[in-house]
Amino acid sequence: MELIFEKSVPGRRAVRLPMSDVPRAGDLPDSLSRTEAPGLPEVSELEVVRHFTELSRRNFSVDTTFYPLGSCTMKYNPKALEEAVRPFARSHPLLPFLPSGERFVQGSLGLIHELTRLLAEITGMDEFSCQPLAGAHGEMAGMMMIAAYHRSRDDRRRYVVVPDSSHGTNPATAAMVGYEVVTVPTAPYGDMDLDAFRKAMNPEVAAVMMTCPNTLGLFNPHVAEICDIAHRNGALVYCDGANLNAVLGKVRPGDIGFDAIHVNLHKTFATPHGGGGPGSGPVGVKKHLAAFLPSPRVERRADGSYVIGEGGEESIGRLANFFGNFGILARAYAYITMLGREGLIEVSERAVLNANYVMARLKEWYDLPFAGPCMHECVFSASRQMKQEIHAIDIAKFLIDRGFHPPTVYFPLVVREALMIEPTETESRATLDSFIDAMIEAAKLAGTDPDSLRRAPRTTPVTRLDETRAAREIRVCHQGG
Amino acid sequence: MDTYFTRDHEWIRVEGTIGTVGITAYAVEQLGDITFIELPVLGKAVRQTGMLCSVESVKAASDIYAPLTGKVIEVNHALDSAPEIVNQSPEGEGWIARMEVEDLSGAKNLMCRSDYDEYVRGLA
Amino acid sequence: MSRSGYSPHTPAEIREMLDVIGAGNIADLFATIPPGLGAGSFDLPEGMSEFEMLDRMEALAARDRRDMVSFIGGGCYEHLIPAVVDHLAGRAEFSTAYTPYQPECSQGTLQALYEYQTAICRLTGMEASNASLYDGGTALAEAALMALRITGRKKLVVDGSVNPFWRRIVRTYLASLDAELVEIAPAHGVLDRDAAFACLDDRVAGVMVQNPNFFGSIEDFSDLASAARRHGALLVSAVYPVSLGLVKSPGSMGADIALGDGQCLGNPAAFGGPSFGFMAVRKEHIRNLPGRIVGETVDREGKRGFVLTLQAREQHIRRQRATSNICSNQSLCALRGLVFLAALGKDGVAELAGLNRDKAEYAKGVLAAVRGVEVMNNAPTFNEFTLRLPMEADAAVERLLGKGMAAGMPLARHYAGMENCIVVTVTEKRSRRQIDRLAAALEEILWS
Repeated sequence: MELIFEKSVPGRRAVRLPMSDVPRAGDLPDSLSRTEAPGLPEVSELEVVRHFTELSRRNFSVDTTFYPLGSCTMKYNPKALEEAVRPFARSHPLLPFLPSGERFVQGSLGLIHELTRLLAEITGMDEFSCQPLAGAHGEMAGMMMIAAYHRSRDDRRRYVVVPDSSHGTNPATAAMVGYEVVTVPTAPYGDMDLDAFRKAMNPEVAAVMMTCPNTLGLFNPHVAEICDIAHRNGALVYCDGANLNAVLGKVRPGDIGFDAIHVNLHKTFATPHGGGGPGSGPVGVKKHLAAFLPSPRVERRADGSYVIGEGGEESIGRLANFFGNFGILARAYAYITMLGREGLIEVSERAVLNANYVMARLKEWYDLPFAGPCMHECVFSASRQMKQEIHAIDIAKFLIDRGFHPPTVYFPLVVREALMIEPTETESRATLDSFIDAMIEAAKLAGTDPDSLRRAPRTTPVTRLDETRAAREIRVCHQGG
Repeated sequence: MDTYFTRDHEWIRVEGTIGTVGITAYAVEQLGDITFIELPVLGKAVRQTGMLCSVESVKAASDIYAPLTGKVIEVNHALDSAPEIVNQSPEGEGWIARMEVEDLSGAKNLMCRSDYDEYVRGLA
Repeated sequence: MSRSGYSPHTPAEIREMLDVIGAGNIADLFATIPPGLGAGSFDLPEGMSEFEMLDRMEALAARDRRDMVSFIGGGCYEHLIPAVVDHLAGRAEFSTAYTPYQPECSQGTLQALYEYQTAICRLTGMEASNASLYDGGTALAEAALMALRITGRKKLVVDGSVNPFWRRIVRTYLASLDAELVEIAPAHGVLDRDAAFACLDDRVAGVMVQNPNFFGSIEDFSDLASAARRHGALLVSAVYPVSLGLVKSPGSMGADIALGDGQCLGNPAAFGGPSFGFMAVRKEHIRNLPGRIVGETVDREGKRGFVLTLQAREQHIRRQRATSNICSNQSLCALRGLVFLAALGKDGVAELAGLNRDKAEYAKGVLAAVRGVEVMNNAPTFNEFTLRLPMEADAAVERLLGKGMAAGMPLARHYAGMENCIVVTVTEKRSRRQIDRLAAALEEILWS
């Protein structure tokens, strides 16, 4: 398919701008002027529409296909959420920074404040900031607060401990905040090896970062003990809240002993993932970290009005242009409002039901490296299929031909040939069954006709793409028309 | 002329005080198609087991450690434009760097070829 | 039955599924959670229908004043958004997909992002763009970290006329790192060049400027770029994409890293987000870019296709040695930016920039004609400029707010000695009548 640039014809134009009602200004001096107009496409409006409509048809998405991408919680995004955010489109984020300006944005400020209270209750934390713009950004806020906490106590610490099953963002975040990373292996039972963890702990460890439930879809029964060991060493414990969808109303990380958490609103609270973002990663903390929260913050005065609080000297400061991805915050607020207490509990119960159902029906066909009831996702290994030289990626591509987005493959890194399936609560048994049937068909084909898997996908606009070539002959910007 | 191997799958061929360093066929097989080698800076001083440079494939990045202590005196710039040479000839044309070896006695921590081959068989 | 409506399970299906699993009831599925760890509380309101929810959201939004005539920008701009942007970027095939890990069934997102990268490169005059970052301020912070990484140095220099919120983000990012940030106090709304050249030495990793800057001034940083290069430092330039229809690009000034906020390209103000950050570099720095990058390649039949590339830089592979921890970006907002740029096209973008400058120059003229009001900028401006009022800006702005006009951003909280100054933003959305009304209202509060 042609690029929009390749459809360009000089002199063509889509959108007409309003006529000017003011005199033309004099030209900028040459030293400041652009000599040539930027090489943007010149196309008609219909060409723009056809182009992007055609592109959209080359995507799998939740609205078109089952999308059990593990760790990403690709649940259905209720359409009402899109409507819910529209009335806020014009609110300017600098208004509350003007003298007495906050009185003109009480709705937006109130929404943010109410959302922080809801998230605090859901996670068992004391305070939240909605500024972080994605999960990894929330982690960074959390680790910065932990660093500031130790600094405030004049306690120099060097290390952050993470399990080897962690999301890559955890160690990457720790490094961005200036820590050295210590990785603890996963024990055969699927959780961080407790003995290795004990050995890794010492008074130089600033924090432990853990996903709860973990990335293998398991709830670590030792999680409270881990928090306790960390605390006894003066370290704080950070919860990667990416998997909160499994435990709404069941477990609150704040009750267990975690000191800080981020919540991926786009996952648990159903906002569209946008082909890679925007997400939103509000960060929550217990009281002892509250002074370090990012600023500015939205505060509620005794009279019920909302104002901007700049935070004290201990605040880690500003982390984003304004108040976070407000449009995502508004959608998540709308979702929580609609589902309510019972609805959210049901979310987790059915997410866990669906994952266990998939696991039960597939476990005779695929190796399950960590057996036992799973939470909201299950992780299989294609190690059995490896004997026919069939890899997880071949199964993934076959699923595309059957009309399913593949599970997450090759993550977590601790599972060889990992296939990580997260069905989410919004899928019906019938959809799960047809997906399971396709997975079983793939397992059978691995024995009978492995080449058919290696040839997949055949139904997509392109067949398998040469990623090595892309990385060797780097072409990231189109040259020419 | 002796060739030694590390547990991290680097090799070093020592001639006099000059050591030529690369990664083994086993390492290459594990990495898959190599897409980029971040060559060390000329003159860089490295300690045995210290980080020398890194290699990338599509789905992995791997650090390369110095088999012996010394200083980098030459790097294989042919790999800049053709990293696939490492896939094609890991222990020949695909060498990565030459170093002036400071302390040859460090070789006692390394494996000879037959020991290394056995070590690799044990990993399978 | 489902209480929320979004889970499809009937009681009979639940029973059958539990039987397949071999569980007696739903509670059994949570048996791995130790008894002592159950939620201590879950005190949330009861749910409601979407209709009731929408009423509540409308009631909340009604507490925002939605008819304020705005002359504020400061990183978030009110621009026209062609209807095709909502329609196309709103397509669920784009919005309900995720990061294109499986390229064969994500060519829509991938090709769109490749086109986005191309559009950003052409706008900025740079060679390689990533597929978006969070916002302008975090893009500046990532550029600061990138300069430290590329040069292996520990000192950064930033012009004090860079957006103060963005500078604050940079300080947040640097707080736990071994790096020094030197801020150069601005002189008459532009970079103090003498001070900038004086602190350039072989310890500096990067010099960060913004064009137009927070005061609205436009400058040519070509000399600074060459001086930085002589010292082995990088020139990092934040830019306002709409201005690039007229203003010399950072690429042609010799910048090493160009970045900015893309909200102005087809994204509503939305109380500050979501927006998107963009970052583009000279090709030699591509392996140090943070975030996703889309690259062109071919499939098994030689057909052109697109994939995420250079992933070995990223957190999911390199973990603690990654170029950044960023994972989710602002893809859908970047797509809006691309559709916006395609809908306006080459001439439209230049025309839009001209319209902004014309309106702003007109406003500058009528406002500076108000007795006692002076323009502070010692340089040409684009669609923002700084005025010095004959009274405290805070008081003036507060009184104008009462008349339904957000007249500008007072500078007292950001710059010492600028208690009487405001930055005024005038985009193509402001009419001559609105501008004249602002001038009249200002005259009135000053002199009657």
